[in-house]
Amino acid sequence: MTTDLAAGEAIDFELLSVLDEGTRPRPAGRFSASVSHLYRAALRVKHSPAQIIDVTLFPAIMLLMFTFLFGGALAEGGTGEYLQFFLPGVLVTTVLMITMYVGMGLSSDAEKGVFDRFRSLPLWRPAAIVGPLLADAARYTAASIMMLSFGFVLGYRPGPGGAAGIALAVLLLIVCAFCMSWLWTLLGLVARSERTVTTASMTILMPLTFTSNVYVDPSTMPGWLQAFVGVNPISHLVTAVRGLMGGTVTTGQIGLVLAEAALVLAVFGPLTMRVYRRRN
Amino acid sequence: MSGDAARSPSGRDGPAIEAKGLVKTFGETRALDGLDLTVPAGGVYGVLGPNGAGKTTALRILSTLLRPDGGTARVLGHDVLADADGVRRRISLTGQFASVDEELTGRENLILLGRLLGFRHADAAARARRLLTAIDLADAADRQAKTYSGGMRRRLDIAAGIVVTPDLMFLDEPTTGLDPRSRNQVWTIVRALVARGTTVVLTTQYLDEADQLADRIAVIDHGRVIAEGTPGELKASVGSGILRVRVQDPAQRFEAVRVLTRALDADVQVESDPSALTVRVDDSERSVQALAELNRSGIATAQFALGQPTLDEVFLALTGHSVKEVAA
Repeated sequence: MTTDLAAGEAIDFELLSVLDEGTRPRPAGRFSASVSHLYRAALRVKHSPAQIIDVTLFPAIMLLMFTFLFGGALAEGGTGEYLQFFLPGVLVTTVLMITMYVGMGLSSDAEKGVFDRFRSLPLWRPAAIVGPLLADAARYTAASIMMLSFGFVLGYRPGPGGAAGIALAVLLLIVCAFCMSWLWTLLGLVARSERTVTTASMTILMPLTFTSNVYVDPSTMPGWLQAFVGVNPISHLVTAVRGLMGGTVTTGQIGLVLAEAALVLAVFGPLTMRVYRRRN
Repeated sequence: MSGDAARSPSGRDGPAIEAKGLVKTFGETRALDGLDLTVPAGGVYGVLGPNGAGKTTALRILSTLLRPDGGTARVLGHDVLADADGVRRRISLTGQFASVDEELTGRENLILLGRLLGFRHADAAARARRLLTAIDLADAADRQAKTYSGGMRRRLDIAAGIVVTPDLMFLDEPTTGLDPRSRNQVWTIVRALVARGTTVVLTTQYLDEADQLADRIAVIDHGRVIAEGTPGELKASVGSGILRVRVQDPAQRFEAVRVLTRALDADVQVESDPSALTVRVDDSERSVQALAELNRSGIATAQFALGQPTLDEVFLALTGHSVKEVAA
């Protein structure tokens, strides 16, 4: 930079040569653009590692709290038996809770204007949303591993499903979480403040997870509630995950979950992209 | 305005921007109300207007971030609706609405944008290093952008817009809120861009900025262009000139107003400087006579100058309100 402040007309030759070198390469492809957004997500974690708490501490607290606080009262066989029942369910809850963060992140990007910079680039537009979702897939995996490790320490033992069953269960869960994330991306783009997104996602997610078969066997509930729990997609997911880990899963259970996930993606994916493209 | 200027698919021969009848409403507010704009290729084009006049909305539409409710716009020959990607491949933008990720460092931001624009990581990193040095941010390169001062932040924003040198750059109020030194640095970057052949379209509330930088200016008020031309043309449109007088003794100012009013047969305006007066005049002959009248009345003048009106005065004459009044 020239330092001659009095000379308003100063031409900066270094800058000129930098500008001459700024030839445009071919714009990044879909994959490369998504990976670059993943790179951004990784950098953000590097700068504020506290973000990781939701995938490490939160699962541990959930697990300890429910197993020891309520486990004895909820299961006839005490905390040990409850853990066997509860671990797959709390795994689902934890990962689904983490999906909410993508909406909050998008909404805060939109508020700060960094989003419009990305939107002004000649790119495959979903990359700005797919990239963060890929980063989230890494978080879901990390949270699942944390949760399963705590579970083993506390005494969880996998059923006949074995290691393969557990791996498939985590995979199914991540696929579903990815599909469900599109609901939050839409919310994140429509709502104008991060706080609104947080409140709205909690309002949707909390009742849905509690009125499912995550915490207790639905046969102890009144009939009308049992009916709701029966159609709650989260129950279907928990049933499939439990089945995979316990080795009792049926193709129908998995098929139902995948169909529901695909439906959510088919509805909220295009809606999100439509709002993203036309955002005011 | 020359709306019928030659058009070519590349936009190289035609105007850089051709917008006709742009309309955009937000609820009850009509942000753009039939905006016509023709920006020639090359140089700096200033879009001047108070807050809420529709400057930012116009820029957002032209940079494909916002769809107009009505009207058409071509940027470098590409239609903003039908060929948005074509526009995006040639432009860049910087403003409050197109910023950087504050959580990342200056360097990381530029590398990220370089990668998104298609550079391989190593090339993006090399490009970031060159840019950071050129805009005087090398020392702060590895600090998070949220720790930057206003001027540093604005330079980083602009650097983010020139990772690839664009054919057309939109700058939305690039110097609003900056101190004079930072403002100068931004102006230096703008001049370098223009020297390199980039067309720069900048919005500003500062008349002196438009005056200093812009080759042509569009004055926008209530979502319409109310005047367009070179700074000189705009000033000339208001009247042939402005007479600026400063009396040596402020106590004599009132007497000077009386003398000048009679001699020039025009309204004399009292400025905030206690010894200053301005009069709009059409005839320089009479100004000379007025000076003689002042001398005869024993009023000593420290300054007696006939000049073009400032853009501030132009704006007042065009809109009936000053820029500052509305901006405040």
